Amino acid sequence: MEFITPFMPACAEAFLLAMVCIILLLDLFVPDERRWITYALTLATLLGCFLITGFTDWGGEIYSFSGMFVADPMANILKLAIYITVAVVLVYSQAYIRARGMFRGEFFVLALFAMLGMMVMVSANHLLTLYLGLELLSLSLYAMIALQRDSAVATEAAMKYFVLGALASGMLLYGMSMMYGATGTLELTRMAAVIASDSADSTILLFALVFIVAGLGFKLSAVPFHMWVPDVYQGAPTAVTLFIGSAPKLAAFAFVMRLLVSGMGGAGAEYLIAQWQWMLIIMAVLSLAIGNIAAIAQTNLKRMLAYSTISHMGFLLLGVLAGGNDGYASAMFYVIVYVLMTLGTFGMILLLSRAGFEADQLDDFRGLNARSPWYAFMMLLLMFSMAGVPPAVGFYAKLSVLWAVVDAGFVWLAVIAVVFSLIGAFYYLRIVKLMYFDEPVDRSPLAPSTSMRWVLSANGMAMLVLGILPGGLMALCEYSIALSLR
Amino acid sequence: MESHILSLVIWVPIFAGLAVLAIGDRQPQAARVLALIGALAGLLVALPLWTRFDRGVADFQFMELTPWIDSFHVNYHLGIDGMSLLLILLNCITTVLVVIAGWEVIKERVSQYMAAFLILSGFMNGVFCALDALLFYVFFEATLIPMFIIIGVWGGPNRVYAAVKFFLYTLMGSLLSLVALIYLFSVSGGSFSLLDFYDVQLPIGAQKLIFMAFMVAFAVKVPMWPVHTWLPDAHVEAPTGGSVVLAAIMLKLGGYGFLRLSLPIVPDASHELAGFVIALSLIAVVYIGLVALVQADMKKLIAYSSISHMGFVTLGIFIFSAQGLEGAILQMVSHGFISAAMFLCVGVMYDRMHSRLIADYGGVANKMPVFAALFMLFAMANSGLPGTSGFVGEWLVILATMKVSFWYTALAATTLIFGAAYTLWMYKRVIFGAVTNPHVEELTDLSRREMLVLGVLAVAVLAMGLWPAPLGEVLHESVGEILRLAAPGRKLLIGL
Repeated sequence: MEFITPFMPACAEAFLLAMVCIILLLDLFVPDERRWITYALTLATLLGCFLITGFTDWGGEIYSFSGMFVADPMANILKLAIYITVAVVLVYSQAYIRARGMFRGEFFVLALFAMLGMMVMVSANHLLTLYLGLELLSLSLYAMIALQRDSAVATEAAMKYFVLGALASGMLLYGMSMMYGATGTLELTRMAAVIASDSADSTILLFALVFIVAGLGFKLSAVPFHMWVPDVYQGAPTAVTLFIGSAPKLAAFAFVMRLLVSGMGGAGAEYLIAQWQWMLIIMAVLSLAIGNIAAIAQTNLKRMLAYSTISHMGFLLLGVLAGGNDGYASAMFYVIVYVLMTLGTFGMILLLSRAGFEADQLDDFRGLNARSPWYAFMMLLLMFSMAGVPPAVGFYAKLSVLWAVVDAGFVWLAVIAVVFSLIGAFYYLRIVKLMYFDEPVDRSPLAPSTSMRWVLSANGMAMLVLGILPGGLMALCEYSIALSLR
Repeated sequence: MESHILSLVIWVPIFAGLAVLAIGDRQPQAARVLALIGALAGLLVALPLWTRFDRGVADFQFMELTPWIDSFHVNYHLGIDGMSLLLILLNCITTVLVVIAGWEVIKERVSQYMAAFLILSGFMNGVFCALDALLFYVFFEATLIPMFIIIGVWGGPNRVYAAVKFFLYTLMGSLLSLVALIYLFSVSGGSFSLLDFYDVQLPIGAQKLIFMAFMVAFAVKVPMWPVHTWLPDAHVEAPTGGSVVLAAIMLKLGGYGFLRLSLPIVPDASHELAGFVIALSLIAVVYIGLVALVQADMKKLIAYSSISHMGFVTLGIFIFSAQGLEGAILQMVSHGFISAAMFLCVGVMYDRMHSRLIADYGGVANKMPVFAALFMLFAMANSGLPGTSGFVGEWLVILATMKVSFWYTALAATTLIFGAAYTLWMYKRVIFGAVTNPHVEELTDLSRREMLVLGVLAVAVLAMGLWPAPLGEVLHESVGEILRLAAPGRKLLIGL
């Protein structure tokens, strides 16, 4: 039984892989009208993963597969967040994909494969594992976007995403190969040791760093590597946009943490830290600026949210570059809150969409308060949370990042960040305005399914509840960061 | 023994508001009744504050302290002094009046209207109670959301513009102060408690930057010239109730912020930049007074008169004397009553005529004698007639200013002329003269509900004008404490 031991920390991944194969096979024999079996099995798989990760050893960093894989509290918490996110995505998408003929086994299998990729990324301690996870995620996403193969925009979006994503992967690989050349290892913890011992050539390291940061920029959708985001968000079917915009951001955060912080940010790497800190500052400021300003001009809600994502990623980078456990914890808190907000907002778009009708224009939200005061209120909470207005939880996410930034001595960065948040507040307000101040064009009542109603309501109320009691989630992030990445 | 009165004062209106919201719009009458009960309950739980408040103590009273966000050492920390006490009571009374005033006038989305005011009232009580900077900020910002909705949903034709302008202006101010608060959090060694902030030693350069950040936030709220432009827009477009709460309470958040944060936390910068603030205040008093004179729209006129009167508040604060401070606080309270009454009077006419233009009226006294009499009282109070509440605060501030500089006083005192001019001239054109507009012929006098609301305010204005001593008693120790904290050099860090 020796060979089982390394699998223990990766139990959830192994279980997921097995289940995906089973679902894939089973789905072949399920007739169309009983497709809910696949859906139910997928949700059951997520529950299983949740339980497995929830009950594993949370003691600290457990390495496995000769150091290629690590299970630490940060990974575990991010994985739990990923499971919940994917489950919520599936619940929200159900009616939408059913109406568009996408309610097929492929959708669920691809979603699960993408999730496997994310889990591998989150737990990777080796450049190869990182890359493997990333590609598994990306390839599944390309296929998901193109799943609606008759739609020209979706195919175009998939193509764009694929080409640019491949380019980014190329950059990343190039950077990684130079990293290997300079340090002689692919394992992140050993790499950090080599860098700390000062035996690596700093010029090569710097080159490697530039390529890696560029690759990360693509994956995080930070400016100036953001070109694909608006087109992909707009072109992909809304259910898939929801997927792309939510869970992978959690994985991308882990990706940044593993590569920059544990790989190139340890003690003795001060020179490199100063380098990537400045790269991130430039990317963060540009993301905040372009994201917030370009969002104002959009009339398509999905496109607007794409720009809003870019600005949120700017905030996330601020937390990372502030450094220290507080900075990383604030970035982690921010990304989790961001995913919650994104889920809710896209959930609202899916709620308003019907067969043959995409509610992705800003005007589709006109007069929502007259149609359904409850959902208008949920959207109000989500929008104020995105804008960072208390008592919604988005405020605390911004606050914790700003606090880390000020504490790291970058008061001017904090000022820039709040100025752009102010600009950003305008376009979130515009949606509130449309919902509350205008008369509805379309008065058809909303008819969400029971599960959708409950999950969406819980999602909206979470903005308020977490806003009144943000302490728990913040403490959880701090705890997990403190116990990981040492 | 720890008391929970302050928590009740904050949360009773908020939960009442949520309950009203839950009723929905299908049963407007139930929503109105429940909102009234909620507002009265809010007032009722606040009354013990007045009776049990210890007038001889300078410390904060009715303290509550519970950890809130552990990782930031943020506490749910409440406590009040005399200044907060008066503003809380003012707020609770105003909320009741606003609910009654909107009883018949608001016909659409009644439950949401009532709920917004109740929730807003709870948030504002929160601002006045908070002793933790982050808690203060959260309540301070949260007030924007209901007000934004109130202006935008029930406002006039240009309401969207006004609502967005209101929101972005005030958000701009407060975001910068957030950075200042975070900075203070860092230098105070990880505490958001205002009481800890009061003891932080700061170099003068940092003090000035913090002062300016606070200044932007509070100056927008007060509002001071030249960041006042959102107020006339917001007032004109807001429904009557919105204007009342905006003028009576929300503007006070600015003055309160100066006294609770700026003066005690950065006293040296406050002293050094006092001249700047006084200059802006005097411009507000004189120039905005002149602007008010030429307004054709009654609501706009009162809005400008508010700005001018609030100039007295900031002037009184930055004179740094007990008289000036007490005058400023009394002026805030009195302005709360008077501006509420003035906006309600305009509302009474607007509900009947659907016009706010002075030119559309004339000879109203012939048809509404009772209304004309009450309006007269409020107009007199607005121009600072002795015996009304408007006189007390202004007089104290002018006295205090006289001790500092003759010229400040001369400029400030012009308000007695301009204030009387714009208010009484408007009154004359609206109420007296011959009836020229046929619609005025059809006017009916005050309903019992309107009489009740205006009557309560009339009593308040007269009582405060004739016998202000009880209010002064409450304020005395608190003002002394603020002045002690605001003494120059107390917390100046030299050598950095």
